[in-house]
Amino acid sequence: MTAAPTTPPRGAPAARPGRRFSWAWLGVMPFLLFTLAFLVIPTLYLAVGSFENLAVGPKDPAHGTFTLQNYQALSQPNLADSYFASIEISLVTAIGGGVFGFLLAYAVIMGGLPRFLRSALMTFSGVASNFAGVPLALAFTFTLGASGILTPFIKAAGLSLNIYSKTALELAYLYFQFPLMVLIIAPAIDGLRKDWREASENMGASAFQYWRYVALPILLPSLLGTVILLFGNAFGAQATAFELSGGAINIVTMQITRLLRGDALNDPGIGYALAMGMVAIMGITIAAYAFLQRRAERWQR
Amino acid sequence: MTGTPLGGRFPDAVDSVASAVVPRPVVPARRPRHLGSLVWWIVFAIGFLYFFLPLLGTFAFSMRSQPLFSAYAVVVDDPQFAESLFYSFLVGIITIVVSTILIVPTAFWVRLRLPRLRPYIEFITLLPFVIPPIILVFGLLRSYSGDPFPLAGTDFGSNVLLVAAYVVLSFPYMYRAVDTGLRAIDVRSLTEASQSLGASWFTLLVRVIFPNLRVSLLSGAFLTLAIVVGEFTIATFLARPAFGPYISLIGGNKAYEPAAVSLISFGLTWIAMGLLGLIGRQSRQKIQIAGAH
Repeated sequence: MTAAPTTPPRGAPAARPGRRFSWAWLGVMPFLLFTLAFLVIPTLYLAVGSFENLAVGPKDPAHGTFTLQNYQALSQPNLADSYFASIEISLVTAIGGGVFGFLLAYAVIMGGLPRFLRSALMTFSGVASNFAGVPLALAFTFTLGASGILTPFIKAAGLSLNIYSKTALELAYLYFQFPLMVLIIAPAIDGLRKDWREASENMGASAFQYWRYVALPILLPSLLGTVILLFGNAFGAQATAFELSGGAINIVTMQITRLLRGDALNDPGIGYALAMGMVAIMGITIAAYAFLQRRAERWQR
Repeated sequence: MTGTPLGGRFPDAVDSVASAVVPRPVVPARRPRHLGSLVWWIVFAIGFLYFFLPLLGTFAFSMRSQPLFSAYAVVVDDPQFAESLFYSFLVGIITIVVSTILIVPTAFWVRLRLPRLRPYIEFITLLPFVIPPIILVFGLLRSYSGDPFPLAGTDFGSNVLLVAAYVVLSFPYMYRAVDTGLRAIDVRSLTEASQSLGASWFTLLVRVIFPNLRVSLLSGAFLTLAIVVGEFTIATFLARPAFGPYISLIGGNKAYEPAAVSLISFGLTWIAMGLLGLIGRQSRQKIQIAGAH
């Protein structure tokens, strides 16, 4: 996509096709320029800054020179911990939400429940997967917080839940994670055709064998891909964590929040490296998702 | 269908005479399904509780203020509530308009003239998933606080940045919706037909392509609206008087009103999704990833 502007000069001698080419390019220019201005440049700004020495004052000759210090600084216990916590929370909610979302989708599609429950579940999943951020965090506080409605029952059961803890954050994330799983995995479950089950039963396969050798291999790319997507979904989340814990929980997005509010890290270079680390993890996540989704589409028509 | 006397006993057998002759396989198949479905009922019940308990808790909490429903009355009377909601709604509408103006001609043009570019454009529209809102606003603030374009310094400039960021967030949904819509119509024939009738590119886009994409555009628009109206991260750091920061603000200051606002916000999401479900019934949206957590 960046190679685009270099093509027209090459075609200069052949006037007619050359001119046509530049005309066609013009059509996507507004979109590309907009993306450049409001997505690519801001990201590049952070990327470039993450390799600059900004720890010293602007008058120092070393200011702005190339360095890898910023990335080395990510191994500071506080920052490394924030990455580990983010990854842990994302993994737990992706796998937990993935498994439960799959079971739920399977229940309404294949489990013999009344049909209207299926459309009810789909509607609620659309709402719940978009109901996030501040209102979701507040809802959990009113339900499980210090003066929450369910808190007396939890205490009566001999349990306790600190609303500022990782567990509470994971419970809140699950509220949008499993509905997202339902939405994305439902078409894949629909794609499991009855013929396949009948064919394997006719050949004497048990239910376990049908799942082990037929259904699971077909569903696996979709399942893995969606779980990876859920991972990214939780990893980039900021508003829910901020509102639920008041910014106290140590995850990457909270580190960047503190940085932006100006109450942490006096070296901006480390902040840029922190952000680029997130972009790298998200990039790997989405690439893996896209790859698995392409494999999964073979079985869906 | 099951109520009619014809299909009452064998609902599945209406279409074929043969299955009425062999009712046997139906009977053993039904019993394990009944047992198994108990497990699925339990799974469904857990999901149902997970969904409704926080809502119920929030509602019960909002009812602790005396007299009943007074929390809601206070919220609705608060001028800031209406102002911030109106602001976010307006920003959402502008976002949808800008996004439509950018995406429709691009997707149309790529399909018509630059099919080789399609994977790259698709890749670009997926970038907002790689760059989460917190990183996007971080970069925007750093890039546009300084000299050539000090947008973040002024009110108007910050509004521009907010809409720009939301347009970027809407790319995945809008592009996917429009691309799916374009797949369903014969772009080439429509273009040739209208051009042979003397239509300009503008007329073609506005009077032929847009109307054909109405359903897919609407579904993309409602999804965008649902995300934008409650968005917190970007609006906070750009210091905009939006609905998301407003909820957070009263969440820190008041006792029962935040519960009321949370439920109202949930209702708004429900309405947006309900409308999405109504119009999107034919064109099924494949991916709905919310970008505003």
